[in-house]
Amino acid sequence: MHDLIKGLFLKNLDNPFLNKRGDSALIDTKDKCLAYTTDSFVINPIFFPGGDIGKLSVCGTVNDLSVSGARPRYLSCGMIVEEGFLYKDLERITLSIKAASKKAGVYMVTGDFKVVEKGAVDKIFINTSGIGEIFKGARLSLDHIRPGDKVIISGTIGDHGAAVLLAREELKFTSRLFSDCASINDLISSIICKDIRFMRDPTRGGLATTLKEIVLESGYDISIDERRIPVKEPVRALCEILGLDPLYMANEGKVLLITSARAASRVLSIMKRHPLGRKARIIGEVEKKKQKRVYLKTAIGGTRILDMLRGEQIPRIC
Amino acid sequence: MKYIDEFRNNKLAEKLGRAIFDRAAGLRPINLMEVCGTHTMSICKFGIRRMIPKDVDLISGPGCPVCVTPKSYIDKAIAFSRLQGTIVATFGDMMQVPGSYSSLIDEKTNGRSVKVVYSPLDAVDIAEGNPEKKVIFLGIGFETTSPTVAASLVYAKKKGLKNFFVYPGHKVILPAMEALLEDGRVNIDGFLCPAHVSTIIGMTPYNIITKRYNIPCVIAGFEPLDILQGILMLIEQIRSKNKYVENQYKRVVKRSGNKKALDLMKEVFSIEDSEWRGIGTIPKSGLTLNKKYSVFNPENAFSLPPIKTTHDRGCICGNVLKGVKRPPDCKLFAKSCTPVTPVGACMVSSEGTCAAYYRYRQ
Repeated sequence: MHDLIKGLFLKNLDNPFLNKRGDSALIDTKDKCLAYTTDSFVINPIFFPGGDIGKLSVCGTVNDLSVSGARPRYLSCGMIVEEGFLYKDLERITLSIKAASKKAGVYMVTGDFKVVEKGAVDKIFINTSGIGEIFKGARLSLDHIRPGDKVIISGTIGDHGAAVLLAREELKFTSRLFSDCASINDLISSIICKDIRFMRDPTRGGLATTLKEIVLESGYDISIDERRIPVKEPVRALCEILGLDPLYMANEGKVLLITSARAASRVLSIMKRHPLGRKARIIGEVEKKKQKRVYLKTAIGGTRILDMLRGEQIPRIC
Repeated sequence: MKYIDEFRNNKLAEKLGRAIFDRAAGLRPINLMEVCGTHTMSICKFGIRRMIPKDVDLISGPGCPVCVTPKSYIDKAIAFSRLQGTIVATFGDMMQVPGSYSSLIDEKTNGRSVKVVYSPLDAVDIAEGNPEKKVIFLGIGFETTSPTVAASLVYAKKKGLKNFFVYPGHKVILPAMEALLEDGRVNIDGFLCPAHVSTIIGMTPYNIITKRYNIPCVIAGFEPLDILQGILMLIEQIRSKNKYVENQYKRVVKRSGNKKALDLMKEVFSIEDSEWRGIGTIPKSGLTLNKKYSVFNPENAFSLPPIKTTHDRGCICGNVLKGVKRPPDCKLFAKSCTPVTPVGACMVSSEGTCAAYYRYRQ
């Protein structure tokens, strides 16, 4: 995917906004700086514990704007459904979008709806795009990160990936797993300040892939302590049984941020007071070396290097 | 988590690491082969190599069932998927393994009916739910997996299912261990024996390694403390010049193994010579469906067009599986052979040595 983005899209659509490769494009106007982003949602199953494609389509775009340092304001929504898609499902998804937009404090200001022949899409695909206003205190850029900066995760990892996997594969587990699908704009607005160097939401590919993207783009190494990374017991259990790694499971209501060392404790304590940040932890720091590696100190004190996820995680045979 | 957290206790891990350093001191450099793919992954995942002396070298052996499945098997599996009215059901690892011209994931993308299952019993469910389709399950794995496949066939026979098949590709681990020792190119001072295979076969089969080849064997679990303790036990045997089969994984492995599982395997399978990818044919190292269950073998039920299996140019998976070479020794490693564009099976399988090296950068 990264090679495709670089080799096809950036190569051909090359411009100063796109080249920054941020979660949102930043556009300066006379009075303010705007953030503008888009995302498409093709999740299967469309209804899962903790959410659905409608909620996800709002939270995903709100979060992309938020981690860019913006207050999300306006969203668009384009839906494509296959022939025969049930009205009651469409209604349920629409009501979900309504609830998620209200909770996030954003307006769905424009949209589009298309029907295509059966099989041309898998039930329903949704695209949302969003505009937000960059907070005055925000100075987010990988150029600002420095050795000694702290890495913070806002909560438990792998919840969304595990919940969707269970729902999709209809695996029979007694524990119920719920997606963490949520808009994190309120959490972010409570902590945004000049000491926050960079933020990203660790969605597809999980925490490990996001960390790897950061080291590749910034050039610095990052070291992480596995023992400090919060993982829910049922998520751990599922991963242990299937041979999967929670570090690579998707999250849809979490933020990874890099702060200055001096501000880390203060930012952490503010986060912990927020409902979506109760399990926030400092999990690592930016190192001096510049080999573009993510080092993980394992639970038993060994060390390994984390790479990004390529393809899908596959449960092992035996 | 019970039976997991206790065996990942970092204080005990450090203690074991120090003990290994202490007990290995003064010994010449030693090579310990860990045969099982899950050991390979666990060692890499927990960074165990960095906790033990450099002179205690852990070599990965041919215990990754996907890695040793011959290319011709993949080619045939793909051919089955192209037959009208078939569904090929498989463990997920097999999907991306390159055949001569395609892979199962490519076939699925091109519209063939290929389904990933977590258990052979899921494949039976698919057969029962789709009586008009022929469901062919790819029977891959060592002794850990073959009993469940046997159980699925016993069930299918009992139910009189006519549309469920198992394409047999199971392997047996002991002949491969012997073949490595007969090869002579790798100096092996001890074997870390596979945990889950041993829950089935027990301890006795490994006596041939200790008695005939005079090499110690320790059956070890997959948690980091299991592996570290297993390594320490091997070092103690090497120091004392004892060579016997020890069981570190006592909480799961019994001396006699799992009789029920072994009986199921006897009921369904017979032993045959088998081709191992990159290694060649090893006598009496594979399982095929016996006469009683031959009707479930798709090779007897379907005729396929002739297939010309190609060779992997430049790929040294065979030597990696034998422990003769390491992944970085391969000219293709991390260049043209990566998890996204694998050439050999060692890179594709989640337990493959090359995949583990690539992923965890050992």
